[in-house]
Amino acid sequence: MTLQETRLLTKRMNDRPADSFTMEGALATGAYDMLRKALQMKSADVQEEVKTSGLRGRGGGGFPTGTKWSFLPAGLYPRYLVVNADEGEPSTFKDRELMERDPHQLIEGIAISAYAIESNLAFIYLRGEMAHANEILTQALADARAKGFLGQNILGSGYDLDIVLHRGAGAYICGEETALLESLEGRRGMPRIRPPFPAVAGLYAKPTVVNNVETMATVPHIVSMGGAEYAKIGVNRSTGTRMFSLSGHVNRPGNYEVELGATFRELIDDLGGGVTNGGTVKFFIPGGASSQWLVNEHLDVPLDMDEVGKLGVMLGSGAVMVFDQDTDPLAVAWRLVKFFAHESCGKCTPCREGTGWEEKILYRILHGQGRPSDLDLLLDIGDNISPGLNAPFSQTTICPLGPSSVSPIVSLNKYFRDDVIARCTPRLVTMLTGNGLAGNGLDGGLHR
Amino acid sequence: MSAVNPQPPPELVELTIDGHLVMVPKGANLIDVAQRHGHYIPRFCWHERMKPVGMCRMCLIEIEGVRGLPPACTTTVTPGMVVHTQESSPNARKAQEGVLEFLLINHPLDCPVCDRGGECPLQDHTIAHGPAESRFVEEKRHFAKPIPISHVVDLDRERCILCARCTRFADEIAGDPLISFVERGGHSQVLNYPDDPFSSYFSGNTVQICPVGALTARPYRFRARPWDLEKAETSCVTCAVQCRGEVHSTTNQIVRLLGVDSDAVNHGWLCDKGRFGYEWVESPARVTAPMVRKTADDGTSELVEVSWPEALDAAAQGLQEVARLHQASSIGVLGGARGTNEDAYVWARFAKGVLGTDNVDCQLGDGLPAEVVLGLPRATIADCDRARSVVLLAPDLKEELPVLFLRLKRAAQDLGVKLVEIGATDTGLTSLAAATVRHLPGSAADVVGRLVAAIGGTASGDGRIDAAAALLGDGSDVVVVLGRPNLAEPADATVAAAAALATLPGVRFLSALRRSNVHGALDMGLAPGLLPGRVSLDDGRDAFTEAWGSVPEGRGRDGAGMLRAAADGQLHGLVLLGSDPMADFPDRALAERALASIGFTVVVDGFLSESAKRADVVLPPAVWGEKSGSATNIEGRVQRLTRRVTAAGRTMDDWRIAVELAARFDVDFDLETIDEVQSEIARLAPAYRGVDSHVINGARDGVVVPLAPVTVAIGRRRAAATADTDAEGAEAAGTEGAGAGASGVEAERADTADAAEAGAEMPAAGPALLVWDRSAPAVAPVTRDSYAVRLVVARKLYDAGRVVAQGPSIVDLAPGPLLELNPSDLEHLGVIDGGTVRASSSRGSGVFTTRSTRGVPAGTARLAHNQPGDDSDLVDIAEAVTDLRLETVGASATVGLSKGGAR
Repeated sequence: MTLQETRLLTKRMNDRPADSFTMEGALATGAYDMLRKALQMKSADVQEEVKTSGLRGRGGGGFPTGTKWSFLPAGLYPRYLVVNADEGEPSTFKDRELMERDPHQLIEGIAISAYAIESNLAFIYLRGEMAHANEILTQALADARAKGFLGQNILGSGYDLDIVLHRGAGAYICGEETALLESLEGRRGMPRIRPPFPAVAGLYAKPTVVNNVETMATVPHIVSMGGAEYAKIGVNRSTGTRMFSLSGHVNRPGNYEVELGATFRELIDDLGGGVTNGGTVKFFIPGGASSQWLVNEHLDVPLDMDEVGKLGVMLGSGAVMVFDQDTDPLAVAWRLVKFFAHESCGKCTPCREGTGWEEKILYRILHGQGRPSDLDLLLDIGDNISPGLNAPFSQTTICPLGPSSVSPIVSLNKYFRDDVIARCTPRLVTMLTGNGLAGNGLDGGLHR
Repeated sequence: MSAVNPQPPPELVELTIDGHLVMVPKGANLIDVAQRHGHYIPRFCWHERMKPVGMCRMCLIEIEGVRGLPPACTTTVTPGMVVHTQESSPNARKAQEGVLEFLLINHPLDCPVCDRGGECPLQDHTIAHGPAESRFVEEKRHFAKPIPISHVVDLDRERCILCARCTRFADEIAGDPLISFVERGGHSQVLNYPDDPFSSYFSGNTVQICPVGALTARPYRFRARPWDLEKAETSCVTCAVQCRGEVHSTTNQIVRLLGVDSDAVNHGWLCDKGRFGYEWVESPARVTAPMVRKTADDGTSELVEVSWPEALDAAAQGLQEVARLHQASSIGVLGGARGTNEDAYVWARFAKGVLGTDNVDCQLGDGLPAEVVLGLPRATIADCDRARSVVLLAPDLKEELPVLFLRLKRAAQDLGVKLVEIGATDTGLTSLAAATVRHLPGSAADVVGRLVAAIGGTASGDGRIDAAAALLGDGSDVVVVLGRPNLAEPADATVAAAAALATLPGVRFLSALRRSNVHGALDMGLAPGLLPGRVSLDDGRDAFTEAWGSVPEGRGRDGAGMLRAAADGQLHGLVLLGSDPMADFPDRALAERALASIGFTVVVDGFLSESAKRADVVLPPAVWGEKSGSATNIEGRVQRLTRRVTAAGRTMDDWRIAVELAARFDVDFDLETIDEVQSEIARLAPAYRGVDSHVINGARDGVVVPLAPVTVAIGRRRAAATADTDAEGAEAAGTEGAGAGASGVEAERADTADAAEAGAEMPAAGPALLVWDRSAPAVAPVTRDSYAVRLVVARKLYDAGRVVAQGPSIVDLAPGPLLELNPSDLEHLGVIDGGTVRASSSRGSGVFTTRSTRGVPAGTARLAHNQPGDDSDLVDIAEAVTDLRLETVGASATVGLSKGGAR
């Protein structure tokens, strides 16, 4: 039996592709009914339903959402709900589709969640580049206010909420929750030292919950079917459905909403139409650029956050990148590390200096000037950023950006060590000596 | 009586570091307490006077039960915490070595030509914790370098390790967030904003706290190698805060001054004027040989260099001649606030005990009466940290006492102290004030009277005054910072306001007089009606007559009185001790007439000032850095000054000059050394009783006089007679947490009541210390007509004074004679910001460039005092206020004030 999509979050956009993003389209398909239902419940009960559902954060960390909410200190107000819409992980594009094609599902989810945590002000921190989503959300928010789904005394419940839409300025780091809060407060986007955690002192030093767009968009469905019912979808502690952004060498790249528990092979073959040109999978990245890689033999691993975690990788943001038999893993590693070096915020030393160094070494190897010792040097640099080279990351840095840059290196070493070292032969290096690619450092170290 | 809000001793918790069990204050910062217990954890970004940021990651350690490697600098100690530093944790050591390698990969190896080479934390940590070999074979990062970011600071972005100490200092401590990170990742760099230099009064501190050679000070750049420097701890005497510093010299030349972290005074900071102000010491304009006026055959006269005996003889003979022709009281001694306490004491003894005149004043009509400064209950700077509120009745502290500004800024910003500002214009602290009461210049007494009444329960009806009163509660736990806010009005209104505030129970006063050692000079009796040690002429008459032989009969004239008398032909001899009435006295015309009328003038001054050029004898003194001694700051703290270079030319210590002059009056002072002078002060001056050379040289943070009556536990290097329990003692007990700058100093305070009660423990009681009777002149409000603006003359940090004028690095920073006006007044006048106006007072007029400033209320104008290029003469000290008529000049001369013309 081939894998089919399980459409909860993507139902409306697939049922009414022409106008799912409008208020009319949304209302015609039951939007805001669940808000009405939630507002008739006690906020603690809504929170309990979410806890029961086993919903885990869809942004990358996979932390149980209900538990996160319960960290808010009792009796401290105001509280803020901040929605992380700074979707910047390379090859992740699920939140964008959710915002562009079904903004009211998101707004409904935010409203229910804000009600559940007793917050009267929510923020959407939108990735700066998403101009279209910005327009859609701006209109949707205005419509929701006009219809009384936001604002004072929502649907006669006595509950007030407004949502502030804020566009970022194009920094990957602002997807990290504390850097996001810094940026939202108008400062340079750099991660904060924890503790205090955002739940205790977040935005404007007030108790704050930061949740991902997909997480929020899931909440109305939990209210709709009840937490216990929702928990029946999926597998083990990975309940429900998730959006997977499938990209790379597949015939039908795109977003697919899948019940958790299916395998990577089903996702790639049944939904993605298999590898392009009838090729085979050489390796794939299971959960966004920050994750370590898997190879062909892992294709039957289930889409289960904990099962995947046992392999030292993560489902992360749900971005699955597939690379066929002709791909140069070294080039992929270099490009990914270059991304992290480019996006390092510069706050802490290991990431600021280490990612750039890694990138330079990979570039050198890629261009035929590697030394056989370079891979071990890369691993040791990685160890100084992420001691033990484990996943989930241990880190000498403040946030996981630096350790993320180590993932491609660890993966290179794990699966392609011999290939990489073979490309660092002294003969090849000697041939290319003098082309200046690596600057001034070629003497002495070359023939080691 | 104890200090304001003494703090209970902190609760101690157990902490294990590398297997050693120590007891530390609960909530202490780990990196700080570890160091205090001998476990140094390497770091770059952490600085004990700033909030931790955990950026450099050099201080990563292991804590049992905590995942990963947290930075020590952001870790708060919890009970039972078990910590492994790099000494006992291989993981921490590897991480630290890794961080150091990361910092080094892009750091240029130009240590041989780097100012920091030899005193560089990055070098030192590389030796101690770093890799021996570089594994980095790529090209290093490159930036244009160095680039100037301010008048005195250069930035080398290649050397920068991005610890953010400088940016955090600028933002958190100085309040001048003019430098910031730009770009990101490997391209991150510190930079000022385009077209906006890092023009902070405190920019030099960033050079000192930079852990590498990224920030360098232009006056010091390439001038010395650290291992060649000879160093001596001293105080900066550029202003009366007297920050602790370390003066460095090489080849007998002063090359820099660094701040020393004194809990009591400056927390390690200096202002740029103080830090870079040493250059005047080596100015080629210094007078380094005695000079005597000689008349040529053609009748013209000029000052000619002569020998010391000849100059001293001439000075003594001239003064004797004045005394013979007139009387002793027709001699005046003006100045002395720039010297040491020892200079001031010996000169006071010479003036009052030998010349026999009480016309002695170290202030030039620009301060407050000595009784007010000395005779009110005194507060320390640290008291401001613990007070409920601090009332500011003072000039702009940022301009006049910059490091006191930093302390009060911290108190308001970080310690929750409420500032209540009373003044005519905005100051650097206005934005931090919890309440601000604005008044017309000259009306301070009125609003303070209403404020005190409101504290007593009589609401003033003025919201701002009542809000301020609410912050002051019943008036207890209040510190009043008292200075002279306006030189365009007499001190009367301020004195009357102080008298009103002094009625509040438990109130204490912190003086905000500016000139370097004015408080030491006042304490030493360089003021009319006073004798050394804060006693009045009458109370101290018997004791000092016995010691000195004689003291003047009655109270003499103050500085303004002397100049007025001179102009009226009643003062015939004048000694100027480092003072320049032409520049310092608010009423320039009066100073000019006075100096022209004096028959005989002796000037003791390092420069040929406008006043000195008219002298008959010029005696050149050794100056700061060239002589030892002590000085007393705004809070009455006596700290030692240290000689670091040999005195220039044939200069001589001021006090020796007085000894030599006395000898020519057949009086042998029998004073040969500084120690002997200090012993005589400790013996004779009541407030300084016991403060001899052992105390002055032994107390690390100096001592506040008068000494407390009790002797409590003291650390090593402390002198036995002090009751000084601060930093060192506390440190030994491990009770001092990060940023707890306010700790310590409590027991150091003393007051007369305690001293009297505990008399048995003190040396024999002498004359009673001065207490001001709060008699204040009646101040009647002066109506301002609607066509005039009322003038505030206040100082800017950079002016035409010698420290700036003779310092090549900072001379260009004086803003010049700007007349600051409210935008609405400029609009009425039809003048744009930066346009020129003619300002006319009852005395004179001048043409000024205007600056539009919202901080100056409509109807008020503010002019900087003693600016280069300002030869205007607007202030008449006989007037209660100075009102200006403004008119436009030049092309738009026909446009007057729109209210009806200014003529």
